[in-house]
Amino acid sequence: MSRKIRILISKPGLDGHDRGAKYIARALKDAGYEVIYMGIRQSPEAIVKTAIQEDVDFVGLSLLSGAHNELFPEVVRLLREQGANDVIVFGGGVIPQEDISYLKEQGIEAVFTPGTPIQKVIEFIETNKERVLH
Amino acid sequence: MDKKSLIEQQKEKWENTTLKKVLQKFPEQKESFSTSSWLPVERLYLPRQMSEEEYLERIGFPGEYPFTRGVQPTMYRGRFWTMRQYAGFGTAEESNQRYKYLLSQGQTGLSVAFDLPTQIGYDSDDPRSVGEVGKVGVAIDSLEDMEILFRGIPLDKVSTSMTINAPAAVLLAFYIAVAQKQGVAKEQLRGTIQNDILKEYIARGTYIFPPKPSLRLITNIFEYCSKEVPKWNTISISGYHIREAGSTAAQEVAFTLADGIEYVKAAIKVGLDVDQFAGRLSFFFNAHNDLFEEIAKFRAARRIWAKIMKEKFQAKKEKSMMLRFHTQTGGSTLTAQQPDNNIVRVTIQTLAAVLGGTQSLHTNSRDEALGLPTEDSVRIALRTQQIVAYESGVTNTVDPLAGSYFIENLTDKIEEEVLKYLNKIETMGGMVQAIENGYVQKEIQDAAYKYQQEIEKGDRVVVGVNKFTVEQEKPKEILRVNPLLRKVQSEKLMKLRKNRNNQEVDKALQALREGARDESVNLMPLILDAAKAYATLGEICNVLRDEFGEYRESIVL
Amino acid sequence: MIGKLVNGIIHGETRSIARAISWIENDVPQKEELIDALFEHTGRAQILGITGPPGSGKSSLLDRIIEQERKRDKKIAVLAIDPSSPFTGGAILGDRLRMQKHTVDAGVFIRSMASRGHLGGVAGATSDSVKVLDAAGFDLIVIETIGVGQTEIEVMNIADLVMLVLVPGLGDEIQALKAGVMEIGDIFVVNKADKEEANRLKAEIEYVLHLKTEDEKGVKNPIFMTSATENTGIEELVNGLHEYMQRMGENGTLRERRRRRVTLELKKIITAKIEAHVHKFLETGNNLDVWIDQILRKKTSPYKLINEKVIQILKELKEK
Repeated sequence: MSRKIRILISKPGLDGHDRGAKYIARALKDAGYEVIYMGIRQSPEAIVKTAIQEDVDFVGLSLLSGAHNELFPEVVRLLREQGANDVIVFGGGVIPQEDISYLKEQGIEAVFTPGTPIQKVIEFIETNKERVLH
Repeated sequence: MDKKSLIEQQKEKWENTTLKKVLQKFPEQKESFSTSSWLPVERLYLPRQMSEEEYLERIGFPGEYPFTRGVQPTMYRGRFWTMRQYAGFGTAEESNQRYKYLLSQGQTGLSVAFDLPTQIGYDSDDPRSVGEVGKVGVAIDSLEDMEILFRGIPLDKVSTSMTINAPAAVLLAFYIAVAQKQGVAKEQLRGTIQNDILKEYIARGTYIFPPKPSLRLITNIFEYCSKEVPKWNTISISGYHIREAGSTAAQEVAFTLADGIEYVKAAIKVGLDVDQFAGRLSFFFNAHNDLFEEIAKFRAARRIWAKIMKEKFQAKKEKSMMLRFHTQTGGSTLTAQQPDNNIVRVTIQTLAAVLGGTQSLHTNSRDEALGLPTEDSVRIALRTQQIVAYESGVTNTVDPLAGSYFIENLTDKIEEEVLKYLNKIETMGGMVQAIENGYVQKEIQDAAYKYQQEIEKGDRVVVGVNKFTVEQEKPKEILRVNPLLRKVQSEKLMKLRKNRNNQEVDKALQALREGARDESVNLMPLILDAAKAYATLGEICNVLRDEFGEYRESIVL
Repeated sequence: MIGKLVNGIIHGETRSIARAISWIENDVPQKEELIDALFEHTGRAQILGITGPPGSGKSSLLDRIIEQERKRDKKIAVLAIDPSSPFTGGAILGDRLRMQKHTVDAGVFIRSMASRGHLGGVAGATSDSVKVLDAAGFDLIVIETIGVGQTEIEVMNIADLVMLVLVPGLGDEIQALKAGVMEIGDIFVVNKADKEEANRLKAEIEYVLHLKTEDEKGVKNPIFMTSATENTGIEELVNGLHEYMQRMGENGTLRERRRRRVTLELKKIITAKIEAHVHKFLETGNNLDVWIDQILRKKTSPYKLINEKVIQILKELKEK
């Protein structure tokens, strides 16, 4: 049995700054994960549909426009509504410190702000992957 | 065999004596040095043999072909660059206040930031606008919002730059309509619309339509403005976002000029005369931290563009060959860590832009890696420009770094790199093709990946991020946009749709629809009619979406 | 657990379908039971393979085909295969980006699949995943191969028919035609037909097809000219696809292909299972070393030993 971790990387909302999302996608691939890259301007609904079809273990959301408080929690809500309780959601982007605790309350388990080394993201995935083994 | 010059002979001697002794005791910090974009940098640059003819051909005089030394003969001795801070957030009322404040602080031009729904042609009440209304700029849904945005600002006195691309024609129409209500004629309006769709496909993402109809809208604007709004800069061909996406300095210039070539080709193809529109083309570049590389980049860009316009497109007017550009300091160079350090970065970048001969400049605020800038931060950013202008003395002579052995060498080197790219893109069948193939995006992403990997490995130092870090940082004050803004705008829209003459709106939209179907029609007057009837931005764009279809991202890595 | 999953799949429930494919990809022990339970529900879907060189626009064309089929109210599933890195095992799966306008359509299911070291243009899990999608009631199942070239013939053994997508101007079309990829195509598409040289490519394909030995039933391979970006030629292509499938049904080709598919699959899986057991047997303890020594010291002769061991392996298998 060869279990592979699958991760969806996407940008909800309308902002097109995908340098960070693309970097993360590529770096996670290099770390040995299977990354489904969805690109920019995705609705929470489309992200959740994709996460379910792809049966991913993690969903990574990137946003720089400031719409994170509205859009990140909506992704978590729709995932849970559609029974995907085991998918772990994390986020990144220009996110003020004071919003992070709110996002965590809403089920976004980690938030990576600019300048975070990729190793931190990998550590997060490694320490949490046992929870999504299925 | 050529005889070694005296300088070369002396250099060899120096290397074998003075240098050798020191290197044995004190080796250099690294084995090799390079610019931020990986161009190799030598230990020492020496005068290069250059004939007088070559000087005149490649460097010349400011205000004359090939404009290497600048586009005006007096540069900042005549007038400083336009200090133009990109601003806008929340409602039209709030942004109007910010503009008035900036003008009162000595800013000399306006630069409007629109929110993402506006940039993508959605009304605030569109479901896709959730969370985004008023966030990265001001929300403009109709002419009504635009009237509020410029209330009390005389449009014949200021020049206004608008960062708007896919729906540029619509926002320009709103602007013209506001001016007319103020009693200002179209012919008097000065300003710029970004209107550069190709870089949206490459790097910025706020596209709506596929390339073909997008290029039609752009050439429609060229044609309309050349007759009706002659002082308006109809496009700002932008490398800024390409660089932000992680390109090298040379790629920034290469891809921007390649976009420019595509626009010129498109305009010529629809029958415009090159000298009729080329003088209104403007450019927009980034300024990063590597001071000399950036200065050389600007100088090289001017020289290459002049040559392209003259030789490839047979432009006759000098104005058509001039690369005039706006600069913004590099957003991606700012750090969320120890944000005050960003003031220093912005200062270096300001110097790069000014020594590179920019026509206007936006300086970033220190807190932009954290969120929207506060008023304090915006003021410091503007003061940075003012200090460089009034106190540093670098403005007292034209192109002060010309003749620096290093700068001239670097200028040549960047030119060489750029020409390699331009040739490659040409053989691919032009920039649209190169973008559709994903070639351009891939080149940028590879550079971005390499750059980030160097930071991760510590090979590239970013102060405060991977070196000289501090443990705990106290949270900074940031500006918040009213989260209920979408509701406010939606109610405004509801009222508008009730109170306007809807028959007139429908008629104007129908005319636009029919115009869109006929490629020979210039859509600008039709869009202006719809704008004046208070059709909303979303309504106008939806008609065009129906007719033109929508572009979708298709290239990954 | 399996009962619930099977039930979910045959009712077309997305989460169950997706999870079942993960089971297959991860080769979980319950996989065989799952497939056996689903088996009676399979056999209705049409299975189409799409292959072609990188840059031929397979995904964009597929996007348009989905659009057409949705107009005809067909339910469609796509398995889009991308390569795994041979160094890290990681992969970036991005084909669905080009089909994103169907993301929220409940009648379309798209799954990205990494090859995970499997050669031949598809993943090891592709064949069984097709069975899951078939049982889930999709009318058309499309397998989009990696698209790197000549070695991608395995899709032939999974799909009912294969569409080969070519484009003018890639420079390598002649080579591709010579290298035998042509053999696997039933239907040929010249995509980006708005480009110059598209007609020349068509003529070249016609020429090579002319050389091709007659199809089992003398069926002519159709060539279609499309442009995914301009949305032209798609309706004709989809009509042609259906006609071709119908003909395959009528003249017995489909039956033969499905029989061949089962044959190959049986041979492959039986061999693989026995081989896995043999490897385990050989690698247990230091068996192998002992036998090698026995042979080198002339204590036994090779075939005597080999035959003894084969009987031993077969006995063990039987007990299992």
